[in-house]
Amino acid sequence: MDYATLLQVLDTTLRLATPLLLACLAGLYSERAGIFDIGLEGKMLMAAMSAGAVAYLTGSVWLGLLAAIVGSLLFAAVHGLASITFRGNQLISGVALNFVASGITVLIAQSLFGQGGRTPPLEGAARFNPIKLPLADELAGVPIIGPFYAEVVSGHTFLVYVGLLMVPLSWWVLYRTRFGLRLRAVGENPASVDTAGISVVRLRYTAVAITGILCGLAGAYMSTGLQAGFGKEMTAGRGYIALAALIFAKWRPWYCLWATLLFGFFQAIALRPDVIENTIGISIPVPALDALPYILTVVVLAGLVGKAIPPRAGGEPYVKER
Amino acid sequence: MTKLPTWADVVLVPLISLALAAIISAFVLLGIGQSPTEAFWVMVDGALGSAYGWGYTLYYATSFIFTGLAVTVAFHGSLFNIGGEGQAQLGGLGVALVCLALPWPHWTMALPAAMVGAALFGAAWAAIPALLQAKRGSHIVITTIMFNYIASALLIYLLVNVLRPAGQMDPATANFPPGTHLPTLNEIPILNLIFTKKVPANISLFVALICCWLVWLLMWRTRLGYEIRAFGKSEKAATYAGISSFKIIMIAMLISGALSGLMAINNVMGESGRLVQNASEGAGFIGIAVALMGRNHPLGVLLAAILFGFLYQGGAELGLWTTIPIELRTVVQGLVILFTGALDQMVRMMLGVFFRPRPQARAA
Repeated sequence: MDYATLLQVLDTTLRLATPLLLACLAGLYSERAGIFDIGLEGKMLMAAMSAGAVAYLTGSVWLGLLAAIVGSLLFAAVHGLASITFRGNQLISGVALNFVASGITVLIAQSLFGQGGRTPPLEGAARFNPIKLPLADELAGVPIIGPFYAEVVSGHTFLVYVGLLMVPLSWWVLYRTRFGLRLRAVGENPASVDTAGISVVRLRYTAVAITGILCGLAGAYMSTGLQAGFGKEMTAGRGYIALAALIFAKWRPWYCLWATLLFGFFQAIALRPDVIENTIGISIPVPALDALPYILTVVVLAGLVGKAIPPRAGGEPYVKER
Repeated sequence: MTKLPTWADVVLVPLISLALAAIISAFVLLGIGQSPTEAFWVMVDGALGSAYGWGYTLYYATSFIFTGLAVTVAFHGSLFNIGGEGQAQLGGLGVALVCLALPWPHWTMALPAAMVGAALFGAAWAAIPALLQAKRGSHIVITTIMFNYIASALLIYLLVNVLRPAGQMDPATANFPPGTHLPTLNEIPILNLIFTKKVPANISLFVALICCWLVWLLMWRTRLGYEIRAFGKSEKAATYAGISSFKIIMIAMLISGALSGLMAINNVMGESGRLVQNASEGAGFIGIAVALMGRNHPLGVLLAAILFGFLYQGGAELGLWTTIPIELRTVVQGLVILFTGALDQMVRMMLGVFFRPRPQARAA
């Protein structure tokens, strides 16, 4: 593999890793607060459809982004209601909302546009366009680093950089702020947080809302950044890959970045079977590459590579002592 | 919160959940400018209005009975097996390998062998998540989700690269030999007086009904069933009583996987006569809704499976005769899971108002 091909693959890696990263960080907040969320997929799908539809109708990608966040927050609210207020089974709620999202996005898109559950293709200001970072052209001549900066780092859409910035931000929020400490505590031992006079319910709702916002960004990126429009089931299991990445990352922000980049890399090379064959001399079937994130997650879950310990109070509704 | 009488918990809670799901679906239909009443009658007419419609409804119901029972058995051991889809796909592989291995002379010989193949492959696919849960404490929900995706990738690979006959374009196995054809309801004497047109519902329906009875027998009439239920209610108490958690997790998941796998005799062997890509079509997931709706009892599962069979066949009819997308059934399915599985406390609270003990009438 020559340097130019490598840069192409890395460029695709970053593009494909972004929805995984945003969804993975979304899951991080919820799960760190003790609310399991397997509904990342559904929220992304809902957001992708809302963004695609509103961006097309208004011609503004920013309104599309806003709609995506609203759509995703609606689902997050139902999940919060089921798992916090009514103390229902969080896993079942997530599964249920994924099905609702899978169906309702098609129903809405079909009734609005009548194109078989798709939204019409987006153009111009209705989607996020590549941003050329400063000095990209000037530095392109510098050996090795120059092309890397120009090809891989520069030239992505707005939400890619938002995703990357979310990593240090999430680390700072979770580990350097009072809110983050409380959020992590409520996922480990809600009773202690309650004893300190802080509302468990409010903290958990806040965490679930942050999850909704980030899933909204992830979904908006799918339909307005990565692709130009919403298509039926367009998230194609990315919510679950993000969930896998979250476990792979052992519920830590920086590891989320590395895990999603790794899984994004698998998706990128799955698109270029010729590159694999030229590089390592054997052809790996594409389904094997598709399955790799899931297999790696099972390996991590099996405790073969370090142990993934989830937040202790995860999945358990909190009942205040009387 | 008021404790509900048993009958209300068993009958009213699922019915009210269903009603809530139906009401919200009706609003969704109104929201997209369709008529809910028209949709309902199209569904009823298409799924239940004729023997032909029933033939399809029962065909779907057969698959859902298997996957519903699978989820039920695991649920009793407080294991949420969300991997029914992957297990059903592997079951399909088992059926295909058995059916293609020999030139079977008659279905009476092919069916038992195919059932063994389906159950073994389904159970094998549940075995690794079960082992990881039992030995390593890895969450069964996450591992079974992962195994669904691994199963689908494996099946795509096998169908494209290994099992596809030379010269065939679509990723599927060769057609099974004629001796593996399962009689459909219109080919069975007496029943063919009712089902005059060719329908996909087949002899697997009766296998499914027998499985209902066997699961009931297992859960409520055997020592093993008691142990699974005890473990599900309280792991600590069960361990203290000398029940091995390793044994229960493994056995409950293997039975669950085998039941999901068995579904393949209906769709793969009974209907398509070859293994195609994504043969289970989400039936593994519907098993979750069926088990929740059926309150984890085989009789409830049977009724809920027929209900979902109606929903599936009716939904297909909607796609044919109206402009309502077929995805409506996914929405209803999701809402039923939501209300019966996650918002059940809300439904109970709503009902609790009516069952609050009345204050004693004051003496005059």
